[in-house]
Parts: sequence; structure tokens; C-alpha cells
Amino acid sequence: MEKETRLQRIIFHLRREWQIYAMLLPTIIWFIVFLYKPMYGLQIAFKDYSIFRGVAASPWVGLEHFEHLFSNDQFIRAVWNTIKISALNLVFGFPAPIILALMFNEILHATYKKTAQTIVYLPHFISSVIIAGIVITAFSPSVGIVNTVLGWFGIDSIYFLTKPEWFRPIFVGTGIWQEAGFGSIVFLAAIAGVNPSLYESAVVDGANRWQMMWRITIPSILPTILIMLIIRIGNIMEVSFELIILLYQPATYETADVVNTFVYRQGLQSGRYDFAAAAGLFNAVVAFVLVMVANTLSRRYSRTSLW
Amino acid sequence: MMNWNLYSRGDKFFAIVVSILIGMFTVATLYPFIYIAAVSFSSGFAAQAGKVVLTPIDSTIEAYKYILVQPDFWISYRNTFIYTIGGTVMSLLFIIPGAYALSRPQLFGRRFFNLFIAFTMWFNAGIIPFYLNMRDLSLLDSMFGIILAFAVNAFNIILLRNFFEAIPQSFEEAARMDGANDFQVLWKVFIPLSKPAIATITLFCIVARWNGFFWAMVLLQSQEKIPLQVFLRHTLSNLSDDDEFAITQLEAAYSAETVTAAIIVCSIIPVLLVYPWIQKYFEKGILLGGVKE
Repeated sequence: MEKETRLQRIIFHLRREWQIYAMLLPTIIWFIVFLYKPMYGLQIAFKDYSIFRGVAASPWVGLEHFEHLFSNDQFIRAVWNTIKISALNLVFGFPAPIILALMFNEILHATYKKTAQTIVYLPHFISSVIIAGIVITAFSPSVGIVNTVLGWFGIDSIYFLTKPEWFRPIFVGTGIWQEAGFGSIVFLAAIAGVNPSLYESAVVDGANRWQMMWRITIPSILPTILIMLIIRIGNIMEVSFELIILLYQPATYETADVVNTFVYRQGLQSGRYDFAAAAGLFNAVVAFVLVMVANTLSRRYSRTSLW
Repeated sequence: MMNWNLYSRGDKFFAIVVSILIGMFTVATLYPFIYIAAVSFSSGFAAQAGKVVLTPIDSTIEAYKYILVQPDFWISYRNTFIYTIGGTVMSLLFIIPGAYALSRPQLFGRRFFNLFIAFTMWFNAGIIPFYLNMRDLSLLDSMFGIILAFAVNAFNIILLRNFFEAIPQSFEEAARMDGANDFQVLWKVFIPLSKPAIATITLFCIVARWNGFFWAMVLLQSQEKIPLQVFLRHTLSNLSDDDEFAITQLEAAYSAETVTAAIIVCSIIPVLLVYPWIQKYFEKGILLGGVKE
């Protein structure tokens, strides 16, 4: 019997299975062209890039852009703002869907529950432009309902969106309004998975609903809470900058400008591509490290990795 | 387990308090939409005086009349449909065969290809290199560019791949016996069995496309190519600074705010129309996404 060579085996395999490679090929090409090629383009963070010379032909400048970056007050401010907004999101935005899910779990009336859920999930599907439109209208000094209500109490009209101290509360509050309902789905699913016999024996022991929530429901969904918390920490550098671009203005840059909006202004609006790419690279590397740490943690605590 | 008649007085009190709190949150969620709708049907004067709270004041449809006669509004509306339908079809054309191939045990280098795709979830080159790449590809200001460049993402492929992997082999074997090739197995066995997962991904794509704004704003320059979200953004940022508009509105029964509100209403309506259908799938979809690998 003839001995197959490695090459023959590969040819035989390809001849038999060529179809799955044909199906995979477009996707692989897409990833190379649209996601990996930009990674190659990231080298402009270390170059004096000009559009006319292109990525490859632009001369190297080493860490010059990063030196400028770390002595740039606006960039430092943007990094801190990113962290501060994420921290506020974590402190106020993270518990909101959990509390909501626990409350939904206590509602007996099925129709009431279903209707409320249908409504609170809705804002998740609304675009950030519309959300911004609603916020701008509601907080406007003349038209806005917020100032109308303040007026009832004799408080003078405040132009909220020009006040740096109001930007973060409005932004984080909007995020909770938009995502808390939808975020509760994951926790409701976890609650649905709790073993019913735990509650049955608690009833026999004379526990009330409040005690059952604290002693059974919350401990049972703790792994889910932990995993979601880890994901959140991994995404600290990812602030929904689309909404910030729509809501901020020079008067509020002080508290509103995050790394991605800084990149957008420096790169796409002022044409400092190389400098902005350096800022973006910094953000991407920090985010990558955070996600890796998060995944390691979640593996340790839950045995299942996040992906 | 939960039975009102077995509840103690304390439990009943607790349940009622919770129901009220949920009711308040629900109303708080709904209220901004009602408020915007009320503003859109109010006169410009009433809106500017801050009189609108719950219902339209000096009811009028002038703001809608102003919007609905603008050709740019309709062009952007049409474009949004093109991006949504074209983009979703494009996504499925890549994602379904790609996920199928990645789910096959006999795929050589399967681990590598999976990692190759998953890596893009953790590391992203960022805004600037992506933009310059689009420039190099001559896809700036191109409708096809928008449809193609945002067609695939790692999350959707992995979600569907996991679903395909969970399909028992026995389903496939019968088709193989009849001499079906991979394309036929995918089409006749995997796709029909994966309807919930494919519906979920279709839904994710539709929502992302309908709402997509940032890259459309950055990449598209021609007025006749922009989607509704970008048109809305232009209106939001321009209307109040536009002197010509300020002059016309002196004699008109609309204002920048009522017009903005009217555009918001017009762009939410399609979302509301498909929402019941969306809702059927997304709870399932979220949970599919939660059980990765």
C-alpha cells in the first residue's frame, strides 16, 4: 500500500471539504480587510503620517506622539473623565437592573408585569440621536419640562447642557433610563433558574418574601451578578461616546470629554490623524488589558470564560 | 410558590410597595416619549413658553407639515431603509456560512480561525485607522461602503456558531445519507433548525442598522446618501442656529423644538411598529448570547 504524503493528505482533505473553506473565506477576507488592516494602520501612532505619503511611506517618529499626549492636559482630562463617567455608571447603573429584576420577581399580576417589562425594555432600541433629541428638548431652558417643573417651585431656569457640573448626572441618568430595563433580562433569567424547592422549604420555615429575596434569590444569582460586574469592569474604557458627541459642547468639555471624543475631535475634525491614533491606541491597549484581566477573573470564579 | 392567599400582611405590603415602584419606573420610562409627542403637536409659541407637560397645547400639525414637505427628510428615510435591509442581508450572507464553517469539527485550523475572529472583540484598532482604511479602500461617501464595512461582527458569528454546534449530529446524518453536500446540509438542516438564533441575529442587525449614526455621519458627505439618524442630528444642531429658520418661524406655528420633536416621533414610529415582533425574540437572544462557549 502506498504511503500518503502530507501534501496528498491536504489535497485529499481540501477536495473533500472545499465547501466549508469556501463558506469561511468571505468572512475571513472581511475580517482582514475591515478589522486587521486597520490594526496594521495603527503604526501611524509612531509615525509622522501624511495622507499623501500613506501609512507605509510615512517616516517613523518613535514615541513622539505619546510624549505629546501625556503632556496634553486635554488628553489627561479625557482619560480621567472616561474613568469618572464609567465609575458613576458602575456605582449607579450597575445595581439598577438587578434591583429592577428583583422587583419584577415579586410581582404576582402577570399582565401588569408583562406590560411593565414591555415598556421598560423599549428605550434600549431607540437610537442615541433620538435619545439626545429627547434629552436636549427636556432640559432646554425655554421649552424643557425639567425647567417648567423647576419653575413651579419658583426656581429660575437652568441651561443644564451648558453646565459642566450637570453633564455627568444627566449622562449617567440617561444611561440608566435607557438600559436598566433591558439589563434586567439577564438577571431575571438567573432568577428563573433558582431551584424552586429552596423557596418551598423557606415557606415551610415561615420565611417572608423579603427574607427569601435576601437569603435565597440574591445568593443564588450572585454568580451572574459577579460575571456581569466583571464584564462592566472590563469595559471601563468603553463609554458610549456617540451620545456624548451629541450632548456635549465646548462649555461642558471639562467634564464630558472622554478619550474617544478626544480622538474624534483631534483626528476627524482637526486632521491630526497620527496624534489621534496614538490616543486611540492607548485606549485600546488599556481596554484590552482590562478585558483580559476580567476574563481571567471570571474563569477563576465561574469556570466558564466570558467567550 | 407565590400565592397571594398565603401571603402574610407584611408580604402583601411588600408586594404592593414593589408594584408601585415598578409602576413609577415604567411611567418614568414612558413619560419622555409622551412629552415629545405632546411637544410635536403643540404650537411653537406654547412649546417655547414651556407650557407643554403632558398633552399638546394649541394643537397643531404645523411641525409635521414642515418636515413632511422636505425632500431631504424623505430621502434620508428611504436611505435608512436601504441601509437596514441591504445591511442586514449582507450580514446574514457572511455570518450564516461563516458560522457554519466554524462549527465544523473537520475544519482545519478551527481553533486558529475562532481565535482570529474572537480577538477582534477584545482589541480594536479604533476610530482613526478604521477611517483611514475606508479612505484607502475608496469607500468614503459610499452607500455600499456603509453596507459592507459594518456587515460582520465577531459576537454574532460566535453566537450562531455556538447554536450550530449544539445541533445533534443525527439531524445531519440523514441528509448526508441522501448525498447532501455542505451547502445543502446548511440550507436544509441547519438553517431551519436555527430559526430562533437567526431571527435574533437578524433583529440585532436591523436594530443596529436602523440606529446607526456615528459612522454614517463620519463617512458620508453627500446629502442624498445620509440616513435618517444623520438627518435628525443635522436638524438638531442646525435648526436653532439657522437664522432663516428663525425668521420663518416667527410667522409659523412651529419652532425648532416642535420640529425636532416631530422628527423624533417620525423616526420612532417604525421601531414601535416592529417592536412586538422584536420582543418575541430578544429575550431568547440575550440568553443565547449569554452562553458563549
